[in-house]
Amino acid sequence: MAEAYIYEAVRTPRTPGKQTGALHEVKPIELGATLLREIQDRHDFDTSYVDDVMMGCTGPVGEQGGDVAKTIALHAGWDESIPGVQMDRYCASSLDAVNSAAQNILSGWNNLIVAGGVESMSRVPMGIGGGAIMGDPQFAMAHNSVPQGISADLVATLAGHSRDDVDEYALESQRRAAHAQDNGYFDKSVVPVKDENGLLIADKDAYIKRDTSAQRLASLNPAFAQMGALGMDEHVLQKFPQLQEINHVHTPGNSSGIVDGASAVLIGNEKAGADLGLTPRGRIVAGAVVASDPTLMFHGPAPASRKCLEIAGLQASDINLWELNEAFATAVLKYMEDMNLEHEQINVNGGAIALGHPLGATGAVLVSTMLDELERRNEKRAMLSLCAAGGMGIATIIERI
Amino acid sequence: MSVFDYKKDEDGIVTITMDMTGPVNAVNDEYNKVMAETVDRLEAEDGLRGVIFASAKKTFFAGGDLNVLLAAEAGSEAQLFDDVQLGKQFLRRLEKLPVPVVAAINGAALGGGYELSLACNRRIIWDNKGVEIGLPEVGLGLLPGAGGVVRLTNLLGLEKAMPFLLEGKKVRGAKAVEAGLVNEAVATLEELLPRARAWILESDPETASVQPWDQKGYKIPGGNIWAPKMGQTVIVAPHMLKAKTRGLMPAPERILETAVEAITIGFDAALTVESRRFVSLVTSPQAKNMINTLFFQLNQVNGGASRPKGVEPTKVSKLGIIGAGMMGQGIAYVAAMQGIEVVLKDVSMDGAEKGKAYSEKLLDKAISRGRSTEEKKAALLGLIKPTDNNDDLKGCDLIIEAVFEDMGLKDKIVKSTEDQLAENGVWASNTSTLPITRLASAASKPENFIGMHFFSPVDKMPLVEIICGEQTNDETLAKAFDLVRQIKKTPIVVNDSLGFYTSRTFGAQLSEAAQMVAEGVNPMRVDNLGKANGMPVGPLTMNDEVSQRLYVEIHDSQLKSGLLKPEDEPRTVGWDMLGDMVHKYNRGGRHHGDGGYYTYTKEGKRIWPKLIELYQNQDIDAAIPDQDIKDRLLFSCVLEALKCMQEGVLRTVADGNIGSIFGIGAPPWTGGYIQFVNTYGLQKFVDRCDELASRYGDHLKAPSIVKEKIEAGEVFA
Repeated sequence: MAEAYIYEAVRTPRTPGKQTGALHEVKPIELGATLLREIQDRHDFDTSYVDDVMMGCTGPVGEQGGDVAKTIALHAGWDESIPGVQMDRYCASSLDAVNSAAQNILSGWNNLIVAGGVESMSRVPMGIGGGAIMGDPQFAMAHNSVPQGISADLVATLAGHSRDDVDEYALESQRRAAHAQDNGYFDKSVVPVKDENGLLIADKDAYIKRDTSAQRLASLNPAFAQMGALGMDEHVLQKFPQLQEINHVHTPGNSSGIVDGASAVLIGNEKAGADLGLTPRGRIVAGAVVASDPTLMFHGPAPASRKCLEIAGLQASDINLWELNEAFATAVLKYMEDMNLEHEQINVNGGAIALGHPLGATGAVLVSTMLDELERRNEKRAMLSLCAAGGMGIATIIERI
Repeated sequence: MSVFDYKKDEDGIVTITMDMTGPVNAVNDEYNKVMAETVDRLEAEDGLRGVIFASAKKTFFAGGDLNVLLAAEAGSEAQLFDDVQLGKQFLRRLEKLPVPVVAAINGAALGGGYELSLACNRRIIWDNKGVEIGLPEVGLGLLPGAGGVVRLTNLLGLEKAMPFLLEGKKVRGAKAVEAGLVNEAVATLEELLPRARAWILESDPETASVQPWDQKGYKIPGGNIWAPKMGQTVIVAPHMLKAKTRGLMPAPERILETAVEAITIGFDAALTVESRRFVSLVTSPQAKNMINTLFFQLNQVNGGASRPKGVEPTKVSKLGIIGAGMMGQGIAYVAAMQGIEVVLKDVSMDGAEKGKAYSEKLLDKAISRGRSTEEKKAALLGLIKPTDNNDDLKGCDLIIEAVFEDMGLKDKIVKSTEDQLAENGVWASNTSTLPITRLASAASKPENFIGMHFFSPVDKMPLVEIICGEQTNDETLAKAFDLVRQIKKTPIVVNDSLGFYTSRTFGAQLSEAAQMVAEGVNPMRVDNLGKANGMPVGPLTMNDEVSQRLYVEIHDSQLKSGLLKPEDEPRTVGWDMLGDMVHKYNRGGRHHGDGGYYTYTKEGKRIWPKLIELYQNQDIDAAIPDQDIKDRLLFSCVLEALKCMQEGVLRTVADGNIGSIFGIGAPPWTGGYIQFVNTYGLQKFVDRCDELASRYGDHLKAPSIVKEKIEAGEVFA
């Protein structure tokens, strides 16, 4: 039977996506190329064997624009015969790249593909590329289309997640991420970014807030109350008459961090492994993508995960570890409720609240995070999932070999 | 007293007068220490109203220590980076002081000096000839690493900053104000400090102390990377640059990249990027080559390293020039420019007048561009006396003969004219090919006879190759040397040999190009790959310009006279081809027949079709890699220069390097044809020569001097 093996999975450190962040000085193509070079260095293969480079990116404009994947392949010094494609499914982009690459391999059309993503949020600010989803008045009015933060607070209100609930979740995310970093759980896959002189620019995830506390989290102002007061709250409430108001529980402390980063996963069939002498670390079992209420935006992961289980012919009980991108704390709490999960099973090393969410790169970040953790725990399967704008949800099951 | 004299006046203005231990104020250990102390003290100062940076030296501030940069080797990147970042921190802290800071620019502020003043809130310059500002680092293969790229780009915008960053353009006085590099100019030195104080007192410290780039909402002139117009600029700029650099010069490329970062990312991050790029350049062979040759060796050469010691400095007040052709008229112009009385003699008065008219033409052009005046023109032309009479040469301190390359004619002129020279005057021949020792034998005082090989066009070419004959004495050499310095040119000194140093080395590439074409290589490749090495034009185009006819005629006559033996020229098929081109097909060059390698028409130039028909061989052409063609062309010159070193034609490495860059178009990135071997690696060079020799002939083998250097563990210095 054909398999889509994971031969390698790496990511850059994630550093604050602002001018003082360590990776602000690094161009997006350099972030991506750093990972491609690392994959080649680790396995020393002829890059011309690679059939395609598929890179998620949600801000494909400016220096991140114009099919950044092809540019990255050339910038990395990889063979000119390798094509590349930039993919955008919002926050699901790079997991979508992983799934697409797996499908592609399973189809037999190709043997070896790099799937990943890149997002320099400090250099190409979120939203600078526009888009009808928020920027077209006709569309926005017709679909109650509001920014993610308003949606997150709406979801929390509907689900009854209090400020304490989301803050408590966030605090645990920080604790887990710090613990994982301190114990070297990330070391295998986080690739140091260096300059042209070989000098280190960043080698550790730097968004983690080690000095945070429940009090500190509680002291933060809601991030989206002001925006909601502009009319967005009233607008979405028109769609949800059962609510009196929106409870603005999300703050910078319990929402995903804005960071710079990139990810890359080397996916291939058995032949590729044999030809290049690569040993598979895992395999892609199945993938699925769905969409749900676009205003709620965070309701997609559960149906996507169920669909993915169905495709794989597995039960939820067959999954050892769960990972849902921490776009907002409420998204994870909702997913745990929908999928009937304990906090111990999910996001065991923290997530984007502590580590940051480089939009188009996050999905493939989860692959390396989970593969490392499956290996460390000697467990078999993990479910990876993300929500995405438009109410979309994506899921992928990976299995350690 | 500190080398940064710190004085606070009753208004709370601190004036820091820089007077460092060395001849100039410069970035070194002393600077790092005193600057750290100064910034600490300023930050802690009570009742501070403003700061003035002034200099007690003739120059304001000179910049980085090139000795340190030249010595920096691979492996020292981390240290270099830390040092550069430290230097930046001083300037960043300075510009973040809550009070206005003024640079009172009393003297040249080039490179680091201008970077220091860019970190001040106001730059006031003394409008004076010697007070030049700019960022010339690119000329040494570097970039301004103390914030120069980032600050100037923020200040002027990407487009306006480019000429100063990429070409190292210097300006002074009102022009510097107009260009936006400084804020204001004062007419006298006495006004400088009072004006700086007055500005501080009249300014609002709240706003005047904040740099534009630290102001909220500051818009870089021309916009940042997201400005619609900037999109087009950054698409075109790399191509314009690469068309010039051909990928051979990393410095301008890194500068452009850094400047684009400066309009893309945060100010401090851009400063860090600038440091990284700077470090990558410091350790590059191109920077090593350029710093070595274009700074140290040029200073050595111009400073008189090849001038005999113990001979009093001399000055020519009356110069004779015989032959008012292209070379003679050019020499007359450059001499008169320096106030030297010139007698320009030709066989006819008409010829002499025409020679003088050349100066008039150049001056008219300069006036039309605002670079000269009618008064200056009149004064200069008044210094040139055209004549057809030998008697007018009476009393010349030095006579330069610049007639045809005809030994008999030259002998005759020496004999008929040498007694016009002032007592112990010098006779110089501007020959580019004839042996000086032989020419000197016609003179009554061969010890006063010397070769002075000028390059065409004389008014533009900076080099003069001085050739000593066997009997030339030290006084004669010193006088010739002093004249070259007097007319603001760079003298190299070599010993007599066929083709001396420059012509011989220059010719090697043309011969090798001919050899390759005759072997069957596509001539288009030969020409373009020569250009790809960084030569001003390809070798075939060059040969067309200098004329295959003259080239072949000189070669033939040298063979006939026995100066050259057939075995001296191993590139036989090439020379046979050149002979046929000239004699059989009238392809004597662009201006000497029906064209040369190329046919020239109004539409442009095209390879002469018959050349392909006669010589091109598909198999040979397919077998030779581009790199071999490039190396054969470049190495031919390098090998010839090394032979000149080995044979003692060259007296110093510096003369060889400077002569090759300034006289015969050696690519500056090489640091000259001898320095090239140092950074290429001596052993690697020998190995590569062996490889080329095994494929294309023994003439490509490295001369023994390279192996001797390797054995001695030395490089060419």
